Amino acid sequence: MSSPSLGQRTASGSLGFLKRSQPRYGEKVIKVLLVAASLVSVLTTIGIVIALIPPAITFFGKVDFGDFISGTNWSPLFKPPHFGVLPLVGGTLMVTFIALLVAVPLGLGAAIYLSEYSNPRVRKVFKPLLEVLAGIPTVVYGFFALKAITPLLQDIWPGGEGPQVFNALAAGFVMGIMIIPTIASLAEDSMSAVPRALRDGAFALGSSRMQVSTRVVVPAALSGIVAAVVLGISRALGETMIVAIAAGGRPNLSFDPLEGMQTMTAFIAAAGIGDLPTGSIGYQTIFAVGSLLFVMTLVMNLLSIRLVRKYREVYE
Amino acid sequence: MNIPTSLRRAKAPLALTAAVMLAASACGGADAGSEGGSGDKLSGTIKVDGSSTVAPLSTAAAQLFQAENAGVKVTVGTSGTGGGFEKFCAGETDISNASRAIKDEEKAACDKKGVKYEEFTVANDGLSVVVSKDNDFAECLTVEQLKKIWEPGSKVTNWNQVDKKFPNQKLELFGAGTDSGTFDYFTDAINGEEGASRTDYSPSEDDNVTVQGVSGSKGGMGYFGLSYFEENKDKLKALKIDGGDGCVAPSVKTVQDGTYKPLSRPLFIYPKATSLEKKEVEAFVEFYVENNADIAEKAQFVPLNSEQETELKKDLETLREQHKS
Repeated sequence: MSSPSLGQRTASGSLGFLKRSQPRYGEKVIKVLLVAASLVSVLTTIGIVIALIPPAITFFGKVDFGDFISGTNWSPLFKPPHFGVLPLVGGTLMVTFIALLVAVPLGLGAAIYLSEYSNPRVRKVFKPLLEVLAGIPTVVYGFFALKAITPLLQDIWPGGEGPQVFNALAAGFVMGIMIIPTIASLAEDSMSAVPRALRDGAFALGSSRMQVSTRVVVPAALSGIVAAVVLGISRALGETMIVAIAAGGRPNLSFDPLEGMQTMTAFIAAAGIGDLPTGSIGYQTIFAVGSLLFVMTLVMNLLSIRLVRKYREVYE
Repeated sequence: MNIPTSLRRAKAPLALTAAVMLAASACGGADAGSEGGSGDKLSGTIKVDGSSTVAPLSTAAAQLFQAENAGVKVTVGTSGTGGGFEKFCAGETDISNASRAIKDEEKAACDKKGVKYEEFTVANDGLSVVVSKDNDFAECLTVEQLKKIWEPGSKVTNWNQVDKKFPNQKLELFGAGTDSGTFDYFTDAINGEEGASRTDYSPSEDDNVTVQGVSGSKGGMGYFGLSYFEENKDKLKALKIDGGDGCVAPSVKTVQDGTYKPLSRPLFIYPKATSLEKKEVEAFVEFYVENNADIAEKAQFVPLNSEQETELKKDLETLREQHKS
């Protein structure tokens, strides 16, 4: 039997004899619905960017960008207003840093335990428990930091004045606990994806379990671990409730985690809930700070894509 | 035992019908109960918003009113006096709570939108300056000392800078946010100009946050309405204020007779004229005014003194006359 060559066209188009006589409309409908579903997230992101830009541009028309980025006095709702955003950025970075100090070691430790050391029965109980931690509402975390962690720290603090009522340390600590499941889950998934052959080879050569975990598995899964940590950072940068409740509402540029400091997200929440007339300079500060936050998170994500690609190892 | 197939098949629909009947009878029972309760048949929603100082008073009024008129729903928000007026002049609320009189710009905004209102003085307040219960050295501050602490550009960060006799204790400031009538009144009375204040304190329109902050810091200081202090006497201490005639502590008596100065102030509600045409709003405002002494007592506010009472009764009469015509 001779089949038409690919260059030849039959009466009903190339390779027409392979097409169905009745097209499946159901399939087409499903395809359209699925494309629409994926478009929603893309369009929402684009929509958010478009909504952020006009008020931000108006704001930077009235306030010098240099003053905004490098100023250290943030009091936009007082008279006379000051628009130096550094205290907010400092607050965000301080709390994020403390959160990572807590979340990265504990998260990676949990991930290594779950993927290398635990037996399947323990893993079946532990992993869901870890997910529960991720399910606790952030407002509950915030109150936990304010009402349980801060008084505890104030009681056990050795010498001198302990943390203030609103402080970055308690907020950062609790935020770290909130992020642990994110980091642990992703890191554990990528460590489990490392082929058994690598581990078996190392064991065969006489390595201990610790050596296999740290010298073979973690480097092999590095790209996934980096992705997990960067995701944790993004979550910490954007977290609002915990810092709004526990870190306070006073913009404060300081390296002392025992003091209260307002973060960018907490400022947006406080100013947004209040009543600023639409179009006023106070209203536009919300968009300016929001744009800055968006840019920071975007840079974080681009960095993560870069790093993941750089360290990715493809097996078979 | 052999259950016939027909009965077995009917199990699910039977159970469903039973459940629906139970639910229907429960709902029906509740309706019958409330119908028999009040003879008033008033219903609707009343939106109140504005000062967080006046909010507990309006909430107490709402609770007492709703006890007799179960069909009316009263919601009380706390956007701050300024925030409340913005919503009010945009026509979004029925009654605005205010811890200061309406400003000229706000009057203009209301005129522009055609919003007419009445002003009722419903209680008095002594703006209290509070410190933590653990603060054992501060008892009385003069107005000048308060000004030194709170004025714009103030560099006071320690209690011993306020008075040399005070120990070395870091000063942590909490207070009202810029949308708050309490902020406007405090800055006007202490710093001499409304809105003039240092900016490095922890601001909040919600006075409960200030309670939270001051009660948790040994060197903390904050200011808010007297009722918030009365509610939290176990965690806070109110300072006596020397307005030129000696140290006076805030209390019902000193606020009513004006000796607690300069921080005594009247509290207002502003009902919207068009909302007053709704029967439930008119009934609520009349209830508020006629029972203001009981409401003030329930909410731990300072009731009106006798001349303010007469003034208020006159205003209520004018209101009634306007609506009869």
